[in-house]
Amino acid sequence: MFWNKEIETMPREELGKLQFQRLKEVIKRAYERVPFYRERFNSAGVKPEDLHSLEDLKYLPFLSKADLREAYPFGMFAVPLSEVVEIHSSSGTTGKPVVIGYTRHDLEVWGEVMARALTMIGVTSKDIIQIAYGYGLFTGGLGFHYGALKIGATIVPASAGNTRRQITLMQDFGTTVLACTPSYALYLAEYAKDEMGIDPSSLKLKVGSFGAEMWTEEMRKEIEKRFGIRAYNVYGLTEIIGPGVAHECEAQTGLHLMEDHFLAEIINPETGEPVPEGEEGELVLTTLTKEGVPMIRFRTRDITSFVPGECPCGRTTRRISRIKGRTDDMIKVRGVMLFPYQIEQAILEVQGVEPHYQIILTRPHHLDEIEVQVEMSKETFSDEIKAIEDLRKKLEKRIEEITGIRVKVTLVEPKSIPRSEGKAKRVIDKRNLT
Amino acid sequence: MKVRQISLFLENKKGRLYEALSILARAGINIRALAIADTSEFGILRLIVKDPEKAKSALEAEGFTAKITPVLAVEVEDRPGGLAEILKILYEADLNVEYVYAFVEKSGEKAVVVLRTNNLEKTIDVLKAKGVTLLSEEKVATL
Repeated sequence: MFWNKEIETMPREELGKLQFQRLKEVIKRAYERVPFYRERFNSAGVKPEDLHSLEDLKYLPFLSKADLREAYPFGMFAVPLSEVVEIHSSSGTTGKPVVIGYTRHDLEVWGEVMARALTMIGVTSKDIIQIAYGYGLFTGGLGFHYGALKIGATIVPASAGNTRRQITLMQDFGTTVLACTPSYALYLAEYAKDEMGIDPSSLKLKVGSFGAEMWTEEMRKEIEKRFGIRAYNVYGLTEIIGPGVAHECEAQTGLHLMEDHFLAEIINPETGEPVPEGEEGELVLTTLTKEGVPMIRFRTRDITSFVPGECPCGRTTRRISRIKGRTDDMIKVRGVMLFPYQIEQAILEVQGVEPHYQIILTRPHHLDEIEVQVEMSKETFSDEIKAIEDLRKKLEKRIEEITGIRVKVTLVEPKSIPRSEGKAKRVIDKRNLT
Repeated sequence: MKVRQISLFLENKKGRLYEALSILARAGINIRALAIADTSEFGILRLIVKDPEKAKSALEAEGFTAKITPVLAVEVEDRPGGLAEILKILYEADLNVEYVYAFVEKSGEKAVVVLRTNNLEKTIDVLKAKGVTLLSEEKVATL
């Protein structure tokens, strides 16, 4: 199903023309209205009128998260505050937060891309959508809200948390669509079964849209199995718009970018050069229609790749693979790059072990040590030491095969690793690297 | 002639054994036999109790991972070589002992051990053929 078939199936050449037209406008606007961009472009020796094709974008400088933090709070705004109707902000856990202002038109665009995203997975006005992403400065809740509102679906704005009530609402209202983080979806399934005696697959849910944190194909299978639904990937970030930058269609073969609004590049994070088609690199995004805070070549730090070939769904828009990691989540251990998702994949592959784990990094004798704590499950617990030791060794072996790093696996008691209602804390770094 | 045993996964953390046993105490469950197998990181606590299902649900309600495993309760002569004789029977029948531990109470004049092998059915047959007494769950409960 299409929300905007004309745009979503537009011939590539035509789409390119539209993108270029919009790119010229946004760059001109950014240059004229945001002193930061004017200075940056001037010192790079480029002017908006130097842009003669989409390819010329590469001559423009990148924009980093640090740049945005320095502009706190309104330094990047391209419109007066009187035209800003809503403000969102990324969490400021590692410094000043990034503040993004939306004009009325920006909110329209947000609703449009999220309506496309939800329609892509079969959501219609007949559905009841429970939005269990946080509402507030975080973009997750309201992004889904605006999309569902446009479609006319029945919205249950549950926001994050209060797990027991979430499940009661799903059961009593007959929720058909669930939107939340994937780790929270798993927690909901576990809680329903263990604490409330409700089989999650007995709920009326059909589909779910999950994102805002890294997850794996194995986790998808787990969510699909437990709820008896189809689970889809959503991608977005506050700096660009929030959820709705890209979304998976029913083919589940990558996330379709909303290319008429967001222009994507994938670069080598070390050199800044584009990577060959199909290879992994850092996603760089330019907003083509954003009025409040235009983003020109924003480095997302998200690692992904373009999916080659055409999608069977008929959309002509480019797809990106699920986010594989973040350039800043990347853990450097003994000089090797390691991503938490690799560990997760290994644990899930070794059959039977539930995906509850934590990675603990220490440096006891000037050498990095990695401990992976994995919760023992009812299914894998054996009365025999030998069988448990075998399970532990299997996990260690698979992790080493995938990451190339030897780790120590410790099996811990069920539910001893803290559960989160938002983003899961997977890595605890005790190395004091300063 | 099998007896149900409770096995419990314990992390090697201060207080975990105490917590497990106090849950059983609160549930009014008396322990007939007990053994711990441990490694540097975790242990398995094995218990014979009067009501294994009740013990299992009490432990699970508090977040422990428990499992019920069939084992044998075997009468052994309470003199030097008593247990060795039983083990010889198993050895000659090519059976592997996974673990063995003793009951607190005696059965009359005889000691009682908990035994698990790689093949319980065969173990029952060979022990019976040699006249060794295996205790039923009901009998174990009255010890």
